[in-house]
Amino acid sequence: MATSPAAAPTSPPHGLSVGQLRELYYYLRLTRALEERLVALYRQNKVIGGLYRSLGQEGEAVATAYALRRRSDGTGDVLSPLIRNLGSMLVMGATPLEVLRQYMARGNSPTRGRELNIHFADLQRGFLGQISPLGAMVPVMAGITLGFKLRREPRVGMVYVGDGATSTGAFHEGLNFAAVQRCPLVVVVENNGYAYSTPVDRQTAAKAFVDKAPGYGIAGEQVDGNDVFAVYEAARRAVERARAGEGVTLLEVLTYRRKGHAEHDNQSYQPREEIEWWATHNDPLDRYVAAVRAHGWLSEEDLGAVDAQVDAELDAAVAAAEASPDADPATVTEDVYGDVPVRPHWTRLDPPEPSLA
Amino acid sequence: MATVAPKPESVRLTEQGKPVTYLEAIREGLWEEMERDERVILLGEDIGAYGGAFKVTEGFLERFGPERVIDTPISETGFTGAAAGLAHLGFRPVVEMQFIDFISCAYDILTNYIATSRWRGAGPQPLVVRGPAGGGVRGGPFHSQNPEAAFAHTPGLKIVYPATAYDAKGLIKAAIRDDDPVLFFEHKWLYRRPQLREVLPAGDYIVPLGKARVHRPGKDLTIVTYAAMVHKSLEAAEILEREDGLEVEVLDLRTLLPLDEEAIVDSVRRTNRVLIVHEDTRTGGLAGEIAMRINEKAFAWLDAPVLRVTALDTPIPYAPPLEDAFLPQVEDIVRAARYLAAY
Repeated sequence: MATSPAAAPTSPPHGLSVGQLRELYYYLRLTRALEERLVALYRQNKVIGGLYRSLGQEGEAVATAYALRRRSDGTGDVLSPLIRNLGSMLVMGATPLEVLRQYMARGNSPTRGRELNIHFADLQRGFLGQISPLGAMVPVMAGITLGFKLRREPRVGMVYVGDGATSTGAFHEGLNFAAVQRCPLVVVVENNGYAYSTPVDRQTAAKAFVDKAPGYGIAGEQVDGNDVFAVYEAARRAVERARAGEGVTLLEVLTYRRKGHAEHDNQSYQPREEIEWWATHNDPLDRYVAAVRAHGWLSEEDLGAVDAQVDAELDAAVAAAEASPDADPATVTEDVYGDVPVRPHWTRLDPPEPSLA
Repeated sequence: MATVAPKPESVRLTEQGKPVTYLEAIREGLWEEMERDERVILLGEDIGAYGGAFKVTEGFLERFGPERVIDTPISETGFTGAAAGLAHLGFRPVVEMQFIDFISCAYDILTNYIATSRWRGAGPQPLVVRGPAGGGVRGGPFHSQNPEAAFAHTPGLKIVYPATAYDAKGLIKAAIRDDDPVLFFEHKWLYRRPQLREVLPAGDYIVPLGKARVHRPGKDLTIVTYAAMVHKSLEAAEILEREDGLEVEVLDLRTLLPLDEEAIVDSVRRTNRVLIVHEDTRTGGLAGEIAMRINEKAFAWLDAPVLRVTALDTPIPYAPPLEDAFLPQVEDIVRAARYLAAY
């Protein structure tokens, strides 16, 4: 499955530099290692609520986002992640400390303890956190990319949906709207085999999600989602089409969810041997490392240096997250509106006074 | 950005000191906001070439072009979600629901996404969702609804429902300038009622959100109401004055979320008797919330229980005798007021 090593040393493919290969490895390793730290924190009851892993899908999350134009001043491309796109968020500049604070519901998390995990946004850096009803971000990103088009800004949007979300009305309405308006949008359908416990053949009668693209009059591509190079190249083509005014692409990435929907899920519905096969034979990091080493693009020392860097960064981030304050109850009423205050519980006034509620 | 652009006949006619209808007032408000702020952009079904099912946006495509007057696929979730995306970028989208009944198709994106965006830290959502609401026009169950109660329970939204041409124009302009998402309900029974024609101020004006208006002052009883029921309540008040010598105050809420609690309490303290009248159905309707506020804040001033006149708890029927039976009528308001006055 892995990109086959060439006999003689070659340049990295798809215009990537060795520096970029190192950066890709950094994000792949950072994603996996950050989730491993989160598992430890979850087991210590320091993660509030659920933990959602992307184990086995980090390759497509990182490689798709890596095809975007990344800026920190609000002029770059914008993506909207799903729950398994931690890697995409990190590529766009979300930091491990932000993610840790989110999962730990700290008062200085990007949402000040209001929202969970990677549900947070920063349009300056180019990411717009999802909400939980699936498919909803497709119409929102259709609007974002319509805005780019109306302003004649050469910017592109990318929105992630899972195999399950393709069954929603919002997915259809958003995709159709974007197709009609020829929005510069890439819709990444992450086919990881399961929507919670529901397998793909209970989700659609279509042979492949990419088959839906012609029905919308848009471009479609299907790619091996655990081949970082192939995903990057397909995403880059889709992004270029979008930037060139050629409209929407549906990019189906084939991958596999090796963990349950969330950490509490025992995966009773996934055959053990299926999980094992993907872990042993088709892990995106293993394949990436094998390829860069076989071609001599990155040495053992290069990779080890990145691993050490990731570990050091995560040590510091976890320490900072653990030292972060709890969320402040007094802030909960803020920012519901721009100009309308929300009143407190009258029972918590001294003395209790219902007319002040 | 203000210009003295030529306007199509339908809009220009309303600019010459002539009385305008409720519908024309909304059109003027939309037009003026599009003239003064290029971030204002319209999305909806059949709003461009056709000018909208009720012709509210007639002439807009010619003036503002297809990039600011966007005909959309039939997809309330799709175009409301797209409006949210545009709002993230600083546009001020105004979405038309062809009939407000179809807003239920966008319930998720409005309540889960748009209403929570600012609070979630994803940024403000300065957008307006507007459309024809209300019954009395023989529209049947899916072209007559008053969905305010379904949304009044959602923190982060504002809801406006004007009763007069003056308020309709001033409130649509205020809604567009507001930095929070506003649901703007237009009562279709009022759209072209000749009795509602009025001469509007020549210059720019707004009616602030969140402020009720006393339509008719009185000292014996307060009717708290909004939208089309303002006019039925005014009619009832005339009858009560003529036949019973009662001075009935009619308070038009104008904005339903946030409620102008101060105006309600102030009126109750003066009249000591309250009747709440709304066209929406009874159970879970806004009358319950209003009565609770009065209970919390003005209980000591009440000389009688707070009562309500509303539509029946049924879907909205089509046949005239059925719809008339379903809707609150002037006679219902008169009888309720007499009951209260005698309490």
